[in-house]
Amino acid sequence: MYVAVKGGEAAIANAHSLLADRRRGDRSVPALRLDQIVEQLALGVDRVMSEGSLYDRELAALAIAQARGDLIEAIFLVRAYRTTLPRFGYTKPIDTDNMLVERRVSATYKDLPGGQLLGPTFDYTHRLLDPELAAGGDVAEPLQRETEAQAMPRVSAILAREGLIEPDGEMPQDHIPGDITREPLEFPMARDIRLQALSRGDEGFLLALGYSTQRGYARNHPFVGEIRIGEVELELDVPELPFAVPLGTVRVTECQMVNQFKGSAKAPPQFTRGYGLVFGQSERKAMAMALCDRALRATELGEDVTAAAQDEEFVISHSDNVQATGFVEHLKLPHYVDFQAELDLVRRMRAEYDARENPVKAEEKREAAE
Amino acid sequence: MRGQEARDQAERKAAMSTLAQSSGDDIVRLWNEAGLPSDAELLRGPETGLVTLRGRIGGGGAPFNVGEATVTRATVRLPSGQVGHSYALGRDKQKAMLAAIADALWQDPGRRAEVETGLIVPLRSALTTAQEKRRAETAATKVDFFTMVRGED
Amino acid sequence: MDIAAQSIEGGFVDPVFDAQTVFRTVMDAMARPGSVQPLPAFARPPAPLSATAGAIALALCDNDTPLWLDPALQASTAIKSWLGFHTGVPLANTPADAHFALIATPAEMMALDGFSQGTQDYPDRSTTLILQVGDLVSGSPLLLEGPGIETSATIAPAQMPRHFVEQWKQNIKRFPRGVDIILATADGIACLPRTTRIKTMEA
Repeated sequence: MYVAVKGGEAAIANAHSLLADRRRGDRSVPALRLDQIVEQLALGVDRVMSEGSLYDRELAALAIAQARGDLIEAIFLVRAYRTTLPRFGYTKPIDTDNMLVERRVSATYKDLPGGQLLGPTFDYTHRLLDPELAAGGDVAEPLQRETEAQAMPRVSAILAREGLIEPDGEMPQDHIPGDITREPLEFPMARDIRLQALSRGDEGFLLALGYSTQRGYARNHPFVGEIRIGEVELELDVPELPFAVPLGTVRVTECQMVNQFKGSAKAPPQFTRGYGLVFGQSERKAMAMALCDRALRATELGEDVTAAAQDEEFVISHSDNVQATGFVEHLKLPHYVDFQAELDLVRRMRAEYDARENPVKAEEKREAAE
Repeated sequence: MRGQEARDQAERKAAMSTLAQSSGDDIVRLWNEAGLPSDAELLRGPETGLVTLRGRIGGGGAPFNVGEATVTRATVRLPSGQVGHSYALGRDKQKAMLAAIADALWQDPGRRAEVETGLIVPLRSALTTAQEKRRAETAATKVDFFTMVRGED
Repeated sequence: MDIAAQSIEGGFVDPVFDAQTVFRTVMDAMARPGSVQPLPAFARPPAPLSATAGAIALALCDNDTPLWLDPALQASTAIKSWLGFHTGVPLANTPADAHFALIATPAEMMALDGFSQGTQDYPDRSTTLILQVGDLVSGSPLLLEGPGIETSATIAPAQMPRHFVEQWKQNIKRFPRGVDIILATADGIACLPRTTRIKTMEA
């Protein structure tokens, strides 16, 4: 029998107003504005856009404020919001070759066309907490260096000239890109669908899996062929215009991971690749995504599937932090009836156990109970 | 004739690109300074929806879906009959309205020059300046490798 | 009026409320098969797409619902761009890919089993057909029974597909798969969901 119970309405309403109060905190401290979050917590905003799978800085900032800085809660809010909007269409694929580059580094070539551009990076900082930042001092304008616009071909194109690297991933000619926001997940899945799932996947989960491949669980000898961060222009085909309409620019991070591959029954020795592409500035996530993408290609490349990172169903089914938090956190909601049933069951099993293992004691207990 | 049509289309697209990338505040300010008319009949929107962004596997391979972005669009008709469209990332409805009117005015041969000089050119120059600044700031972080002198000479 | 102008004119005046009204009308007609639900002209599509069928398309179709047009509609560039501008709907490559189909001349239409029938797991993925008919009184009478009909209902749609009653019997046999039909006249609609049975009436 299922018993529905009702109650707690006043408690819930009061809890929410308490939440609003605690979110605001000490009233003598000025309230955060969304533009402050957008400007000064930009990488948190980028993470919410990337895993919320919705590019909109102000909305991500609002979600972060509303979630009191809990980024997974903020991602949940953004995902919920996106379901309320109609969809106008699919953009033309972005052209990362033609990016206004803000950072570009390669670990495989020192001198490459366009050079190594460090951009606004945490690399080479000493990771010492900065008391000047705490004091809120002025920040100097960055230096500028006059330069001519220079083409920056992707590193994969340079390796391709020698024929030692596999081409960019192709799908059959008439393949329509799959869309996990429209079709339920089915395994095995095509690489394009995996990439969509990975791009919105949880950074921590993918980071740990990527790390596991480096430690020997699905070792695949990765090098960062290239990481580039910058702005690309979006275009959309619409029926009312004879050309693709420009929508403006978005910032993305792209990672080309290059992997040594000794060859298999299916492919000759060469460099294989893993690919990462995420919203905003988020190279840790893009790198983790690229490591996982490569590991998940094990079957395609004729490798043995021995590690968690190579198991498509395991990785993709558990990478979405909105799904994960929903299922984990639902455990705290009332399970009174389920638990009563379990309690009865355990009591009965314990009684049978006692009767079997220690008949005298069980008898005493029974008598005491009477 | 065909060549002219293609050039017109390329210029119209370039103007739409400039409007899409510019902030609503900049558009409103220049609009008022240039005294452009804002009478128009709304045919659609302004409305906000989503587009799904596509990337390519490996950068140049088969397309895949990356995620979504908010887009706001509008379609208007001027009293003189021209129909204008606008699309831009974000949720700024006033910007969508003005950009659609600008697109309609741009198609009127008698007003094109006014829209270009009063609105598009200054917006584009501000965008170019900002891009150049960003490029120069990034260039300052370029690594100049030098080889240490080794051995005896 | 040129095609460019035709394709942007004639959409919903009040997109939210008009779409809701049309949706409500379709829902009521589906819930009570054979009942005629009045539907005033909310849209002004290019001919030969009717105002009623056009309004239903505006309410139901979007970027995610491939649409199939019968040859009479397919021939009109203005209709394709009108639907494209107002709904963003993509055209289906084949009837079997279509979520919705607009049929201007049902008397000449292809067989019902050529459209998507849905799958056993997802019967909802079948095509919903929107047939433009002249009226619901001058054709052969159809006596309807089934869920949503208290005892029986009768409609007599004009210019129906050939062998319709026989085709409909086959459609019912495929349950839970099968197509659903919306019949659109100039000022109202009636529906035949796949659960409705047609009792043939002797003439």
